[in-house]
Amino acid sequence: MTPSGVLAASASGGDLFVAQNVFFGMIALVMVVSAIRCVTTRNVVHAALWLVLVLAGAAAQFILLGSEFVAVTQVLVYIGAIIVLFLFGIMLTKASMGDDDSVAGEKRLMASLVAVLLAVVMGIALIDSYSDTRVVIDEPQRFGAVSDAIFSQYIVAFEAVSVLLLAALIGAIVVARKE
Amino acid sequence: MILNQFLLLAAVLFCIGVYGVLARRNGIMVLMSVEIILNSVNINLVAFGAFRDNVAGEVFALFVIAVAAAEVGIGLAIVLLIYRNRRSIDLTEADLLKG
Repeated sequence: MTPSGVLAASASGGDLFVAQNVFFGMIALVMVVSAIRCVTTRNVVHAALWLVLVLAGAAAQFILLGSEFVAVTQVLVYIGAIIVLFLFGIMLTKASMGDDDSVAGEKRLMASLVAVLLAVVMGIALIDSYSDTRVVIDEPQRFGAVSDAIFSQYIVAFEAVSVLLLAALIGAIVVARKE
Repeated sequence: MILNQFLLLAAVLFCIGVYGVLARRNGIMVLMSVEIILNSVNINLVAFGAFRDNVAGEVFALFVIAVAAAEVGIGLAIVLLIYRNRRSIDLTEADLLKG
């Protein structure tokens, strides 16, 4: 970065968002730790509860990014509905209630290798492309703008998603029903 | 705030989810890992939407949430069916198509 660029960045960065950055760090730490616990814990019910922390952290990040509507939807749909669905699934398949100690060693090694490789590649690409790009959130996105976009520009996708949800729920009933 | 902090967080969560999908043998755990992956994608979408000051990111994040709900419904129904037929949701035992 050229000196003038630094100056411009520091001048425009008079609002350094210290509080936001502190909260981001705390929430990100919680999210990463709970995600790791979620995919490594032996107890499936505990994994679902760790997943709640990840989803709540994601909702908090959405609020930090100024989009409350997505955050509220996240809490309603994910924490309210999907986690309950997961817990019902765990309870209905009684075999998995206890410990899930069937993780093979070599499989775990290969999986962690793939994950670390992926993280390195994506991290390098991201740092290379967006190292000094700033997000400036002047004001939160308004509900009105989001709903305007959904019901004008993306109306076809919206209707398609509604039909998809209906079809998926009917399909789930048909698949899971006892003969 | 720097855009990259959100993107890197999403990348780390994505990789954790990929690890879960690959390493876990419990069908429900695989579905949970897929949820982590979809959430990391949502963080990316909303971050780019805030960066470009465009509502498209949020709209697509909402669509992803809806599709994730449908996916969990169908996925759990399939896992339930596998459990009912085989008394186990170990995915390594679900290899009937292997021949």
